[in-house]
Amino acid sequence: MNKRTGKVVRLATPLKAWTQRFAFLLLVGAALGLMLLGKADTLLIERARTQLVDAMAPLLEAVSEPVATVNDTVAEMRDLARLREINAMLRAENERLLDWRREAIALKAQNAALGDLLKLTPDVERRYVTARVIGDQGSAFVRSVLVAGGSGAGIAKGQAALTGSGLAGRVAEVGERISRVLLVTDINSRIPVQVGPARSRAIMAGDNSPQPSLLYLLPGTSLQVGDRVTTSGHGGLFPPGLPVGEVAEVTDGGVRVRPYVDWNHLDYLRLVGYELPGLIEDFIAQRAPAR
Amino acid sequence: MQPTLWQRLDSFARALTPFVLTVLLLLVSMTPVRSPYLAPVIPSIALIAVYYWSVFRPDLMPSGAVFLIGLLHDLIGVAPLGSGVLALLMVHAAVGAQRKFFATAGFGLLWLAFAVLASAAQLLIWLLSCLLIGRLVDLSPAILQVAVTLAIYPCLFWLFGRCQQLFLREAEPVR
Repeated sequence: MNKRTGKVVRLATPLKAWTQRFAFLLLVGAALGLMLLGKADTLLIERARTQLVDAMAPLLEAVSEPVATVNDTVAEMRDLARLREINAMLRAENERLLDWRREAIALKAQNAALGDLLKLTPDVERRYVTARVIGDQGSAFVRSVLVAGGSGAGIAKGQAALTGSGLAGRVAEVGERISRVLLVTDINSRIPVQVGPARSRAIMAGDNSPQPSLLYLLPGTSLQVGDRVTTSGHGGLFPPGLPVGEVAEVTDGGVRVRPYVDWNHLDYLRLVGYELPGLIEDFIAQRAPAR
Repeated sequence: MQPTLWQRLDSFARALTPFVLTVLLLLVSMTPVRSPYLAPVIPSIALIAVYYWSVFRPDLMPSGAVFLIGLLHDLIGVAPLGSGVLALLMVHAAVGAQRKFFATAGFGLLWLAFAVLASAAQLLIWLLSCLLIGRLVDLSPAILQVAVTLAIYPCLFWLFGRCQQLFLREAEPVR
């Protein structure tokens, strides 16, 4: 090393250290800026997230395939071992369901006749899309899953996500190939419901625990453990009468609901489009000029 | 002797190892486990990776890379944007400030130091989440996540060690 480069190095070292420190402060500032941005422009962040996840869709789908295979194989082995038992159970259940079917047909006819008598406006049509759950969000503070299917498959923001047993959540973000479903247990989830035989209205609010609580119950409402909770359809976003869960505990501190959904086997979700013509679009159109 | 183009390309690719490895692990860690209630049990891979490389090869894990990893972590993990970035930057800075201690520490001591830093980072994320969401969020999943992260730390330590030996042995700086 000659004299000249020595001089340069002597000068450059503190300069380098100073730049590094400055860069660090700059990055911390940028992080704080991101926080403010995330708070101020949720729409932009949402779009960035959706695009990122969309770009990762092939990878996610590829990796979710072997997981699904292993799950299915294990389930199949278990089923094989109990084939006889399950068969008997299914036979019994089938008979019971046939009874129910007969009754449902009779009730449907009666309902149609009564509706006709009262000149009731028919309920709007529902469209179903079924999508596979391909990922969940690895975060301690959010309860949501990703499903394979986006705007191309007819999925739209606000649709209800159902499993066979009940309401699981609602579509929160829609990408081209992937959508995010916010589960009913998430801290940001608020769902208008009706409870019990008296159909008392309430809002079911998630708090990241497995059992969401009921808010805004009218004073004097009497509820019992085991009362059925269904969507009320208020707000026009969800169809009324979707099964949600049942009342798990009633204390002074509040009412807790145990959702019907089995969170450990969330494989497929049915997304229900509820075409209440114009309601949401009108709302968005009203809000748009105000922004 | 001037290195040839291929040599320079090769060393550049090797220098990228820590960053690329971290991003890949981050992507793998978000693959489906079929249950939303497993989510809190997923260890914070980014935290371990940033810690490891900040201790052993700080030259290959500059604060800019930490920022990018944090951003990806926040965007993928739907955490409040910026909280993960800030926590990772703080871990990076803490390691940088105590370089002398970390240069001489053995595996056990490093693990212990990581326990302290990981708890602090998770606490910071929790505080920021509460602040940004505007409500008190349950702390217990965060505690669980720290515990799982600590448990998986030796595995990733081994993995990173192997990668370091494989790809980065030649240009090992004097620690």
